[in-house]
Amino acid sequence: MIFEGTVHKYGRDVDTDVIIPARYLNTNDPDELASHAMEDIDAEFVTRVQPGDIIVATENFGCGSSREHAPVAIRYSGVSCVVASSFARIFYRNAINTGLPIVVCPAAAADAEMGDRLKVDLAAGTVENLTQGKTYEAEAFPPFMQELIDRGGLLEFVKSRVGGQGE
Amino acid sequence: MGSTITEKILARAAGRDEVHAGDIIEAKVDLVLANDITAPLGIAEFEKAGFTKVFDPARIALVPDHFTPNKDIKAAGQAKKMREFARKHEIVNYFEVGRVGIEHVLLPDTGMVAPGDVVIGADSHTCTYGAVAAFSSGVGSTDFAAAMAWGHVWLRVPETFKFVYSGTPSPWVTSKDLMLHTIGLIGVDGALYQAMEFTGEAIEALTMDERFTMCNMAIEAGGKSGIVGFDEKTARYLQGRPDGSRARTAGQVFASDRDAEYAHVLEIDAAAVQPTVSRPHLPSNTAAAADCADVTIDQVVIGSCTNGRLHDLHQAAGILKGKKVHPDVRCIILPGTQEVCLEAIADGTMQTLIEAGCAFSTPTCGACLGGHMGVLAEGERAVATTNRNFVGRMGHTGAEVYLASPYVAAASALAGHIATPEEVGAVKGGSR
Repeated sequence: MIFEGTVHKYGRDVDTDVIIPARYLNTNDPDELASHAMEDIDAEFVTRVQPGDIIVATENFGCGSSREHAPVAIRYSGVSCVVASSFARIFYRNAINTGLPIVVCPAAAADAEMGDRLKVDLAAGTVENLTQGKTYEAEAFPPFMQELIDRGGLLEFVKSRVGGQGE
Repeated sequence: MGSTITEKILARAAGRDEVHAGDIIEAKVDLVLANDITAPLGIAEFEKAGFTKVFDPARIALVPDHFTPNKDIKAAGQAKKMREFARKHEIVNYFEVGRVGIEHVLLPDTGMVAPGDVVIGADSHTCTYGAVAAFSSGVGSTDFAAAMAWGHVWLRVPETFKFVYSGTPSPWVTSKDLMLHTIGLIGVDGALYQAMEFTGEAIEALTMDERFTMCNMAIEAGGKSGIVGFDEKTARYLQGRPDGSRARTAGQVFASDRDAEYAHVLEIDAAAVQPTVSRPHLPSNTAAAADCADVTIDQVVIGSCTNGRLHDLHQAAGILKGKKVHPDVRCIILPGTQEVCLEAIADGTMQTLIEAGCAFSTPTCGACLGGHMGVLAEGERAVATTNRNFVGRMGHTGAEVYLASPYVAAASALAGHIATPEEVGAVKGGSR
């Protein structure tokens, strides 16, 4: 899969409370959650974001609460993938489990600026900053996580483990 | 090379002789939990995937504690979905309002977690149960849905970061101060993906309630889990759980080997730790409470899954006894469970707090995450014994949260600004 989009750039320790504030967690409707994506760190995000855009942040993206509403809100806002220097562990699991593409690439994350055009090739494992003319190698997923992604998420994998259910 | 306690628990759960940091395992789970925010999303995923049966109704806990008693119509709808699922699948450990408590106080206190267990919960503070020498870790709603169907969870065996606390803390220093101080030292991703193992004489000296507080905040350093080794205090705590509960009847005690491999070892002099606060907007942004006296406040919150146990309320009541909350301050108590409330009534703690001018809430996460029961307005400032002070965490993005121990929170409630117990004339060991 190849994604190309405009960068929305943030710093380190972007927590799930600012990605989707708890005051909106009285629903799990993905479009409603998406209408508040990134609201407490970037109130204009939802009016600016275009389908295919890419969120870029530095260390520890998605720290804090376990709310899966955070990757859901990002995905349904139109964002194609998130590139970061590192991800908090629950967010990392949730993104893989729910099918939000994420890429660990510290150098690309550090260099990218708000408004840059980025091209992410998941299969090749590369991140290209089209504005700055630089190409970076992303970290590969461990084989097990790549298997989860290839199967279409955790629940598809679990179906193969639980006989007679979910078929 | 030996193994850590975390590796031993995970090896047992994976049915292997041993596992090592970095291994990917499929671990059997002893308890799976979710709350009224995370369960509805998990239930939707469970049903969408076509699952019709849970792996074991007795090993699932559904705890409607976040937005209950229902804060609005939408939240009521989410709570209803959870209740209906519990009835349909005969989930015995569904806790209705009136019996419910804050999940991470309620579940260990009702004896649902035994040493050596593997617990996963769709709530980041699931790491709390490491205090009873179990492996417990927060996950999302889809992991919760998967575990309900499968009875297993995939895990990467974490490296362990060992913390050794030497010395005796000074009188007003609690495990909350030790933990905030630790997060201040290593940062909010200082233990990313790692198990945090808390050891040393200062940890051995802690009450069980205080050990829960430490493990609870492992996630605030990015940790996968927090854990304290089993000792006679653990045994006594477990003996006190209800007859027939899991803690009384099962479990396996593991301990780290002397030659276990650690990713890091950090020695901390507990005697040098001061009453500590985390300033806005990160738990790692720590300072001595004594250096923050110029910070005036509008609200104090005492309680939550971090500090909502009886020991915490005793500490707050010890400071507030016979005194009055500052006229400009709202002091809200979020007790952990109904049992905590009953004990606080029986020993006079609740009366002390109410006479001092505190508002006593039903057990709920409410104010901690800006849900209800104490949301902050723009420009307002709170001292809270909770666990997060992110932008907008307790309400308006223009509000500020300072994290602190029950001692500092109660002293601040009296002073109207951030204060230490000494500043408000508290005497250690004074009557409640």
